[in-house]
Amino acid sequence: MVATPAPEIASVAAAAAPLPPKKSESRGLGFHYSSFQALKNINMPIYENKVTALIGPSGCGKSTYLRCFNRMHDLYPGNRYEGNIMLYPDRTDILNPDVDPIEVRMRISMVFQKPNPFPKSIYENVAYGLRVRGERKRALLDEKVEEALRGAALWEEVKNRLDEPAFNLSGGQQQRLCIARALATDPEMLLFDEPTSALDPIATASIEQLLTELKEKVTILIVTHNMQQAARVSDYTAYMYLGELIEFDATDTIFIKPKNKQTEDYITGRFG
Amino acid sequence: MAETAANIKKIRALIAAHKRWDLLFSLLGMLALMVGVLTFVALFGQMAVEGASRLSWDFFTNFPSRKPDQAGILSAWVGSTLVMLVTAATAVPLGVAAGIYLEEYAPRNWITDLIEINVTNLAGVPSIIYGLLALGLFVYGFGLGQSILTAGLTLGLLILPVVIVATREAIRAIPAAIREGAYALGATKWQTTADHILPYSLAGILTGVIIGMARAIGETAPVITIGALTFIAFLPSVPLTGDPPAGLFDWVMSPFTVMPIQMFNWTSRPEAAFHQNAAAAGLVLVVMTLSMNALAIYIRYRLRKNIKW
Repeated sequence: MVATPAPEIASVAAAAAPLPPKKSESRGLGFHYSSFQALKNINMPIYENKVTALIGPSGCGKSTYLRCFNRMHDLYPGNRYEGNIMLYPDRTDILNPDVDPIEVRMRISMVFQKPNPFPKSIYENVAYGLRVRGERKRALLDEKVEEALRGAALWEEVKNRLDEPAFNLSGGQQQRLCIARALATDPEMLLFDEPTSALDPIATASIEQLLTELKEKVTILIVTHNMQQAARVSDYTAYMYLGELIEFDATDTIFIKPKNKQTEDYITGRFG
Repeated sequence: MAETAANIKKIRALIAAHKRWDLLFSLLGMLALMVGVLTFVALFGQMAVEGASRLSWDFFTNFPSRKPDQAGILSAWVGSTLVMLVTAATAVPLGVAAGIYLEEYAPRNWITDLIEINVTNLAGVPSIIYGLLALGLFVYGFGLGQSILTAGLTLGLLILPVVIVATREAIRAIPAAIREGAYALGATKWQTTADHILPYSLAGILTGVIIGMARAIGETAPVITIGALTFIAFLPSVPLTGDPPAGLFDWVMSPFTVMPIQMFNWTSRPEAAFHQNAAAAGLVLVVMTLSMNALAIYIRYRLRKNIKW
């Protein structure tokens, strides 16, 4: 195995505009599945209202890293975090055991790899996050559901059949429904775990289009195995390998002139 | 060319030889299936032929009697129905709650493992053992007497493992992605359970409950052990009609009999006419059981319509 140099956190676009404000920052983040260490000493920022892509070969830990942000690993026994993930502006450490994972999940939403709508109506799927928060006013629910469905570019397709089961939708529509469900509660950050890997190219294109629109309102972190997708949708890209962050930089820099040889080999297809 | 032709011929001979095994197994499998099916059909058929002539309105509305042609199953089917009510009221909440706890809440450690193994093994404990336990605990310990309540609680305990196992299986069939989807929106364990886990596993749970009940309705040994009567010529008071509040539940303390005991009683009489009655009662019991199973299938079908995984 090639010795991995320290992660390079570049002073992005030093010549041009100043860095955007940080939404989050990982410091010395490590993660263990029982005895297996899946993440090692990850240090990187997530910039506000930007799309940050996590790329790397299968098993590099990118999904594991993503799932740290909403404490998804807490659901299964034997998992252990190290270090911190700070959430700004309030400087909450997401990984602090005193911080309730439910509070974290209410602030940071997630869209999964395979569309996972609940076997309920389209409306109830989108409204569920609000119902969890105890919202009962029908008018407010209606308004939020419409807003979220519009945000996920699904409203026009489903506005006349909100009471139909979500399973009647196509795969791409289901994934946009899941995005609407995640949006309905106005999260500060959205996590996407390979959101288009189960979709055809047309559905993929519509989701990618959506991502670039959504970042106006919310900070996005996306895991993708598709480098072209990372290049198309993200502002910043992190390349991970074997649980370590190899390089983090503006997407243009990563794809045009990466500083690290390993990153370059992966980007150019000589490896991975 | 010639080589290819020879090769094709060889392949075809090989396939033909392999397919003979397919044929052989399908015949064997069919035979194995027939042993079960024919046995059931023969038993059921014989019972139907023997008992059909006794099936009439009177048979359902008459109490047992010393005269075989006037004897009926009124006290037995009413008893069975009421006992089943108590059984369901006991086994469903306990079993479903226990199943949900084991799947969703219990920490994964050796104590949980031990409990799980025990629950699974409980399903294999002979029913007479439950009868003995109930005799000591409910009849004498709690002083509940030889009542519908005792019988219902006993059979409830008997099918408890069935309900727990069915609940767990149904919950496990829910994909992890659905559960994660709910948690990712900030749901608590209870919100996830009440809004998702329970509704989506309801079909499987109900199926398990009904199959358990179908087993319980045919149980004889534990009910005899706790002292069900074999001859009873009165009905318990109609549920929820006594003086409230205590009177509403008078019926649970009544003595009772159930279908299989009535059947057993008639079978042990020397007169052939009573054997006819037994066959007719058996027919009714089988139909009751089969319709419970049919109901289970229907519920499963209805509830799973909009759930695809």
